[in-house]
Amino acid sequence: MYIPSLFTRKGPRVLLIQIKDDACDFCGCCVGVCPEDAIELQEARITLIEDRCTNCAKCVWVCPFEALIFLKPGAGVLPEAGK
Amino acid sequence: MSPVWDVIIVGAGPAGSTLARTVAAAGYSVLMLEKDRDIGMPVRCGEAVSDTSLRELVDVDPRWIASTIRRFRLIAPDGNMVEPDLGGHGYVLERRIFDYDLARLASEAGAVVRTKSYVDALVPGEDGFAGVRVKGNNGATIERARIIVGADGVESRVGRWAGLRTETRLRDMECCAQMTLSNIPVEDDACDFYFGQSVAPMGYLWVFPKGRNTANVGLGISGMAAKKRSPLSYLQDFVARTYPQAGILTTVAGGVPCAATLESVVSRNVVLVGDAAHQVNPVSGGGITSGMRAARLAGEAVIAALRENSPQRLGDYQRQWDKGYGAKHRMYYRIKEAVHGYSDETLNRIAAGVLALKPEKRTIWGVFRVALTRNPALIWDMVRVFGLTSFDDDA
Repeated sequence: MYIPSLFTRKGPRVLLIQIKDDACDFCGCCVGVCPEDAIELQEARITLIEDRCTNCAKCVWVCPFEALIFLKPGAGVLPEAGK
Repeated sequence: MSPVWDVIIVGAGPAGSTLARTVAAAGYSVLMLEKDRDIGMPVRCGEAVSDTSLRELVDVDPRWIASTIRRFRLIAPDGNMVEPDLGGHGYVLERRIFDYDLARLASEAGAVVRTKSYVDALVPGEDGFAGVRVKGNNGATIERARIIVGADGVESRVGRWAGLRTETRLRDMECCAQMTLSNIPVEDDACDFYFGQSVAPMGYLWVFPKGRNTANVGLGISGMAAKKRSPLSYLQDFVARTYPQAGILTTVAGGVPCAATLESVVSRNVVLVGDAAHQVNPVSGGGITSGMRAARLAGEAVIAALRENSPQRLGDYQRQWDKGYGAKHRMYYRIKEAVHGYSDETLNRIAAGVLALKPEKRTIWGVFRVALTRNPALIWDMVRVFGLTSFDDDA
């Protein structure tokens, strides 16, 4: 039986990390610790590259301003089918 | 076909600008790209440097200096204050002016500087990388270069694209929050450092004066501590407690990679300098002058590589850095690891121990010496550190 995992990049999964743009200072702390190179930071724009993120939550832990949140499993957004 | 630059530098901080100036002054074409619209802003930095290290790298312009520092005050969790003899002086800079001026000097030497130019990919080439893709105001363009330098700070991605492991471990990332406060009582010649689990666990809190009753008040805590509570909330607590009447002129976040230097800072024709290469003093978190120093070494290697048309010469930079500051920073890293484990009680005992010394023995090294005797296994590192140069790093 194949069990889709919440925490690996294999198979369909739920993205549990969310960035609150209004709390973000665009400092780059999260980019520095991201093991998957899944965050892109421009001057005042931050993007999570969804298909690279593994929900490891390091970005959430380091954020000095609590601008990243880790959703409870079940509360996340399912990627669109076929993506 | 666009021209091929000799060097493209990603990031216009002190390291990027120093490298740009060095290479451009030797007559090579340099393009320096900065993602932000301003060079030097926002200031994610406590801005303190020592006079000796800065003077060694650049002619110091008085306009860069907000205040001259002659005293350090280290404040233990119980409030005991240790004032070690510095044996020199330092500055709190105005990095808005400093960074901007270093970029201006690079441009005067012939480098082309562009802001609002975000590099989002390296372009693969036959031997290494052929250039970078730049997102600017007019969409994405390709800029080609013989050598590419990543001076792109704590959020560095250039190194990763070149195959180097530049990510910072959670425990080594010092997560920082800083406010510039006005209308507060500060002594203009003293930098204050507060320690303790309730103030800044696995890090420290700084109050660096900037003149006219203003100061940079900030703190850095390890990612392991930030996991439990955010740096901003620690800082807000401290400010509310200590300076209730303060005006808050800026609030910034930032990250400092307090790790040992990366094992490789060169990959084919890509070179990393500064925070991107983890060239920060892991004990103090200071990276201005060590990044500039690395940039100077890297600049010389880049010039040699361009002159002889051989990217192998970039390895000179790797070797020179490893031999000098790289080795020193690895020792500092072990010291940091030990100090981060100290409890409030230990810190209080250390402060009391230093205060028991004769005043003339209360040097910065005296403090370290007392601190490190709490962890005898570090004595070997200590001996080597003390055998090296005097205290000359910035914060």
